[in-house]
Amino acid sequence: MPHINVDKDLPGIRSLMAFSPQTAAPMGELANLLLRTSDTLSMADRELIATHVSYLNDCFYCQHSHGAIAVCYLDGDTSLVDQVRTGDPNAPVSDKLKALLAIAASVQKGGKFVTTQQVETAKQLGATDNDIHDTVLIAAAFCMFNKYVDGLASNTPTDMSSYPLRAKQIADNGYGNHIFKNKQPVAETAQ
Amino acid sequence: MPYIPLESHLPGITGLLEYRKDTGQPIRELTEILLRGESTLTRAERELVATVVSNGNKCQFCSAAHAATVDMLLGESETANMVKADIATAPVSDKMKALLTIADKVRENGKLVTPVHIEAAKSAGATDREIHDTVLIAALFCLYNRYVDGMATAMPADSSYFTMLADRLVNHGYYRLPQGYDHLKKD
Repeated sequence: MPHINVDKDLPGIRSLMAFSPQTAAPMGELANLLLRTSDTLSMADRELIATHVSYLNDCFYCQHSHGAIAVCYLDGDTSLVDQVRTGDPNAPVSDKLKALLAIAASVQKGGKFVTTQQVETAKQLGATDNDIHDTVLIAAAFCMFNKYVDGLASNTPTDMSSYPLRAKQIADNGYGNHIFKNKQPVAETAQ
Repeated sequence: MPYIPLESHLPGITGLLEYRKDTGQPIRELTEILLRGESTLTRAERELVATVVSNGNKCQFCSAAHAATVDMLLGESETANMVKADIATAPVSDKMKALLTIADKVRENGKLVTPVHIEAAKSAGATDREIHDTVLIAALFCLYNRYVDGMATAMPADSSYFTMLADRLVNHGYYRLPQGYDHLKKD
């Protein structure tokens, strides 16, 4: 049960954002800027970083929500997403992304755990300064989102079939207040 | 040495918020709403949450900056110092002790906040909004602390920098200065 009185029909961060729409607005904007940008890091790469950090923070709602969004960008490749989510070193992703995931994992432990060596390795594998910056900020931002979601014990859907439906909303329309203002998606068979 | 090129006259968080101004803007706005917006918690109380979390995360820059801000708001440095040392015996209300304890749990992991912590805060008079804001401030400073230390940003050469920074945060707030930060260059 959530620690505060939030809308019981909304899951996870959506219920918290509905409780506090004023703070939801900049949080949604930050998520769009960090996760819906595609340059030398793709949107899939960015969601994979978010997914792995959320897994390390043991935030069930966030790791499965962002994992499902990554699946949308990766043509349904759930096995790759599961491998990256859980930190499998054999995940079929580029060495550059592996180096960035290692930096993200250090950020999750604490900023001081990031080493010069990790950053040098990432740069040698082609990571730009912006890639390093965005990786650290995505990892730091997901520590915020994960702690917000779990610190208030928000509702965590256990029906795994609901995650791809919410993920599609975000893959189609991005982050923003529509995720709690619009009707929550339901499976066609349940309608 | 920071891991990416940052303006050398902008230590700590400021250089990062200037490096990518577009992401800096919503981070600044969220902070302004939480720490200086309308609230039944005082500005000093909210800055104490930021201080406790930054201190617990051993983020030297954020801890010094927000402790200096508390000191300026309260006109004394005893409260921030004592809160950093031990929440239970610090000279703050029972409600604040309960909220600061929640913030410290959030810092470790959100799941460590239990119904017992929430009950303690509520029976000391904390509202749902105050609990929400405390958790979100604590979570936001976990972002800040990791951003500042994860990029290996510099500490200011002189601790008087924090007095200047606290003055800016108290009197101007968290939005970007309209004129930017070139006036801080030494040469």
